[in-house]
Amino acid sequence: MEKKLSKYGYLYILPFFVIFIVFSLYPIFHTLYLSFTKYSGFTDPVWVGFDNYLLVLEDKIFWEAFLNTIRIWGVNIVLQIALALVLVMIFSDLKYKVKGLKIFRIIFYLPNLIAATSVALIFLKLLNQDYGVINKFLFDLNLITESIGWLKSSFLAQLSVSNIQTWMWFGNSFILFMAAVHAVNKEVIEASLIDGAGRFKILLHVKLPLIKPILIYVGITGLIGGLQLFDIPLLISEDGLGSPDGALNTVILYLFNHAFRYHNFGYAAAIAYVLFVIIVIISGVFLLTVNRAEIKENLKKKRIRKMGAKLNEH
Amino acid sequence: MNTKYSNQFKENLKRKTVYTLLYILLGILVIICLIPFVMVLMNATRSGVSIQKNGLSLIPGGYFMDNWETLKQFTDIKRGFINSMFISISVTILSGYFSALTAYGFYTYNFKANKLLFGFIVLFMMVPSQLAFLGFYEWMSILGFVDTFIPLIIPAIASVGTVFFLRQYASGTVSKEIIDSARIDGASELYTFHKIGIPLMMPGISTMSIFTFIGSWNNYLGARIILNSPEKFTLPLQLANLKGSKVWFENQGPLYLGLFVSIFPIVIIFIIFSKFLVESIAAGAVKG
Repeated sequence: MEKKLSKYGYLYILPFFVIFIVFSLYPIFHTLYLSFTKYSGFTDPVWVGFDNYLLVLEDKIFWEAFLNTIRIWGVNIVLQIALALVLVMIFSDLKYKVKGLKIFRIIFYLPNLIAATSVALIFLKLLNQDYGVINKFLFDLNLITESIGWLKSSFLAQLSVSNIQTWMWFGNSFILFMAAVHAVNKEVIEASLIDGAGRFKILLHVKLPLIKPILIYVGITGLIGGLQLFDIPLLISEDGLGSPDGALNTVILYLFNHAFRYHNFGYAAAIAYVLFVIIVIISGVFLLTVNRAEIKENLKKKRIRKMGAKLNEH
Repeated sequence: MNTKYSNQFKENLKRKTVYTLLYILLGILVIICLIPFVMVLMNATRSGVSIQKNGLSLIPGGYFMDNWETLKQFTDIKRGFINSMFISISVTILSGYFSALTAYGFYTYNFKANKLLFGFIVLFMMVPSQLAFLGFYEWMSILGFVDTFIPLIIPAIASVGTVFFLRQYASGTVSKEIIDSARIDGASELYTFHKIGIPLMMPGISTMSIFTFIGSWNNYLGARIILNSPEKFTLPLQLANLKGSKVWFENQGPLYLGLFVSIFPIVIIFIIFSKFLVESIAAGAVKG
């Protein structure tokens, strides 16, 4: 019976694996193969060994693009998490009960629904130096006397993209964090309130540790997503190459332009694999540090418990 | 007595001030979230001149039909809408059905390679999509699928994330006793999957389907590298191509109408199903 049934198991997962191998797995190896070739897309690929990889590692523009991506991601992730935490504080406060969490959650998530292309087009309009709504608004409030070129200087352009990313993703983080805090017994928080702990102390010592696993999750998925930032810089930079001054040139935008603008498929494929290795290393180091702190803490607790046990013995 | 009363008054005043400040803060955040939506909605009905001159407005104008006629001259937005709908609906159906089938297969049957293959799927969830991207494009051009909808639709049969989610979901909702009793009653395996498995997994399937639909509807990069002929373009491609055209600089009304067509179907779907969608985001079902 078991054996006869297991035939169905293979049968049911067969379509998935056929399509998976053809459309997902094989392309990954095909990219790997291309990364060892010189290939324009017009003539046959020529095997060049590790040449592309050596060139990528020496490519100043690649590393600039990498730093740009990290900078845009870094500012975004800090803002995004800070904003989400402030909201968690507001909505999980025991003394001041703010109403309408369900509606707020939906509204804060809405920016995440729009296609990145539409987001880029909308913000290009909002940030426009001459007629953009943001400059107009700042003028009306008398906060500025000269219109700001949000996308004209490297610094402001990167900051703008970071903020756009935050706008798109803070609602998502907020929902995740809120769920983690809700999962916790209210009594724990109430008890610490009675113990006289202030709001920030509770956030730091009670709520934050509870959110920690989700925080790590948001950090890592945010990093992987952030390093693949593409649509918004492509459309928001005037030339599609990362203007102004290449400040919006991200790794994937660089890869995209090498493949589809300059027809260096081999080189672009090498960029993909170098980025992948970097992502693996960063995630690994990140997880290791986080876990090490946890291991240390556990050891400390154990030691304290042991000491307590010893004291009791005496 | 008097001090007690005034203390209470002070406490009340403090409460009111804190609440006011909190709601003002949240109000500002709500406005920041909603402004682009309101802007798109209003500007879709306004003339380019009014948008250029008056900036943001909360009062709709009377140019909706005019904008529609102008937009049609620049891009076949109806075609784009139909293409996007066709691709997204096909993707959603394929992904929903085959992910359920695969998840059910993994959950119900104890075949030899079960754990190994499922572990492989979990491992694969960690691989960023950029690794496949170039090889995918090249491979599709070798197979002659460039400028067809096939590369945008068929891969949905192998949706790694959805299979993972539904496999976990099945272990909570599909009971093996029911399946066994169906077998004893003489039901065929496939019949059992269709009549018992799918209905029990339906809430999970629908949740994932909505996110699948949104992802496909908003997909830009995939469509950009695969599609060449304008009559096959999806909405995101058509909109991106409006950048730099006449409706981008001079007459912006039609541009906003185009954005409206692309954004609002999704917003409406999300609001209708928001209750269990938010819950499933909270459950961490959706990859950020």
